[in-house]
Amino acid sequence: MKSGLSRRDLLAGTGAALGAALVAGAAARTALGAAAGAGSPLWGMAVDVARCASVAGCRRCIDACHAAHRVPTVAEARHEVKWVWKEPFARVFPEQIHTYEAEAQKQMPLLVLCNHCKNSPCTRVCPTGATWRRSDGVVAMDEHRCIGCRYCMAACPYGARNFNWEDPGVGATGNYPARTAGVVEKCNLCVERLDAGQVPLCVEICRSAGPAALTFGNLEDATSPLRQLLAARRVLRRRSALGTEPSVFYVV
Amino acid sequence: MLSWILQGGLLVLVVLGCVAYGVQVRKGLGVTGLSREMPWGLYISQFTFLVGIGASAVTVLLPYYVHRQKTFARALVLGEVVAVIALCQALLCIMVDLGKPARLLNILLYPAPSSLMFWDCLTLGGYLTLSVVAVSLKKFARGGSPARWVRGLALATIPWAIGIHVVTALLYAGLAARPAWMTAVLAPRFLATAFASGPALLILLAAVLARRKVFDIGREAIERLSTIMTYAAMASLLLALLEAFTALYSGIPAAGEHLEYLFLGLEGHVGLVAFTYGGWLLLLLALVVLLVPSLRRRRGLAYAATAAVLLSVLVEKGLCLVTSGFVPSPLGYVRDYRPSLIELGIVVGIYAGGALVFLGACRWLFTPSMSSIHALNPSPSTAREPGMARVAQMET
Repeated sequence: MKSGLSRRDLLAGTGAALGAALVAGAAARTALGAAAGAGSPLWGMAVDVARCASVAGCRRCIDACHAAHRVPTVAEARHEVKWVWKEPFARVFPEQIHTYEAEAQKQMPLLVLCNHCKNSPCTRVCPTGATWRRSDGVVAMDEHRCIGCRYCMAACPYGARNFNWEDPGVGATGNYPARTAGVVEKCNLCVERLDAGQVPLCVEICRSAGPAALTFGNLEDATSPLRQLLAARRVLRRRSALGTEPSVFYVV
Repeated sequence: MLSWILQGGLLVLVVLGCVAYGVQVRKGLGVTGLSREMPWGLYISQFTFLVGIGASAVTVLLPYYVHRQKTFARALVLGEVVAVIALCQALLCIMVDLGKPARLLNILLYPAPSSLMFWDCLTLGGYLTLSVVAVSLKKFARGGSPARWVRGLALATIPWAIGIHVVTALLYAGLAARPAWMTAVLAPRFLATAFASGPALLILLAAVLARRKVFDIGREAIERLSTIMTYAAMASLLLALLEAFTALYSGIPAAGEHLEYLFLGLEGHVGLVAFTYGGWLLLLLALVVLLVPSLRRRRGLAYAATAAVLLSVLVEKGLCLVTSGFVPSPLGYVRDYRPSLIELGIVVGIYAGGALVFLGACRWLFTPSMSSIHALNPSPSTAREPGMARVAQMET
């Protein structure tokens, strides 16, 4: 593979790879180096619900992510492939909804993506290790080992996984490896950027061109902005009763 | 003549199935009725049903080898053959469901013990090997009783047969994302429906084989299989009711939504309602016939009830159970599933292939030269039913 991110990086990209990147001087490029601190980081993200909804119809992070990862545009809704998208609050947090809730509140669009769970059911059921949890908490996916059994899709309680029902037909441009029909794919929390010391693209785009609703950081570092935000505000996690321990938090 | 027409017809269906699979391989699984909300459908449902048929060999193995019920001697051969073919069909169902079938061996190259699918492949492969060895040994045994270790082998397949279906149930029963399957009753329910549908299929096949004067497992064996089938069907009904009670009485929305979808439809989607009522109605009617002696004694009616049991399990397990587990989706969406023609063609092709292999196996196993089967399995019917003596000679 001649792309910037080789398959080996995807497979072997762990905390060690990140450490090597930091030593190589990549740390100077972004603030992520400082956020990582000592030891293996545990990446997490917080979505500020009100801020995210404050720009009506905003989909800058979605478009940037899908372009960067060459996520195919599929006409048929039932075959859709999406890494990050918006769903109404009532669908994301059905257990938080009550009869007297205002309709606008129920329909408030919320950003959803793979939760990169600590106890990820998808990696547990994968029969080939094509999806696995890295030491930095990222639930990674190797589309080239995936046999397309879709067991992970049956196991994910968030509907975050996509199957390529049709030929994704993505062109030769872009850095992210091309996929074929018949494999599962999903948000990878931009491992290719993390390993180069950069924050995920959605976070960067939201900060520079959007409502700055996304906070990314090391959950292991009590001084990180993410941890401070989580300590200061009331946060929700999707379907927390299932014990999956999502790394994506929603600040309400 | 009839046999050649039948085989020709089956061959055409196999070829059509292959063509349909070719289209699916070329265009991707998008040619099926599956979707991001319904990632598994007919293929995985039929896989589940067929593993049940494979596991149901227990209903002949157990009486014959453990309880020494000699009346099951000939049913045993039939049961083992059907089990082997059903398991091969089940494995084909898995293969056609894969997005990347060429990578199938990744399951063995990168073994993942935390995945139930890994264990399913191991248990199915092991059971299939044991069964093929057991059947072949009997074929090639030179008269007399089989060696003691052959008996040991057969005994070993009994827990293994139960194991394959339990593991198949665990494939579903541990997924927090799918409350419909999150029940400890799933594995026993699978076994109950397997031990109802398997004997049902054996009874119907035995009836046809006896009528065509190919092979007769004997009236007594059929009666006993019918009893096993009836008890298993009642057990499956009880388990389904228990499951429904827990789901509905608890009042937890997620626990009962799939039942609402099955029986009433959800948000106007009624894709499985007709199948659900059809399946349960068939089972209830069949149970009435099978439990009332005066009805049961009418042979035609009894066979109809047997077919109804088989059909009800085929609908419930081979379609409704798996697909209703995906309704509603984790984000609360409801999408009906309708298998595409391609999907149906592939599944029909797999069944036609199984039927062809079965016909071949009958020819291979039940021929006059097969002295070993005669010796091993003296026909239980010949003594009591003089008219059947001819059948025991196994005309070809």
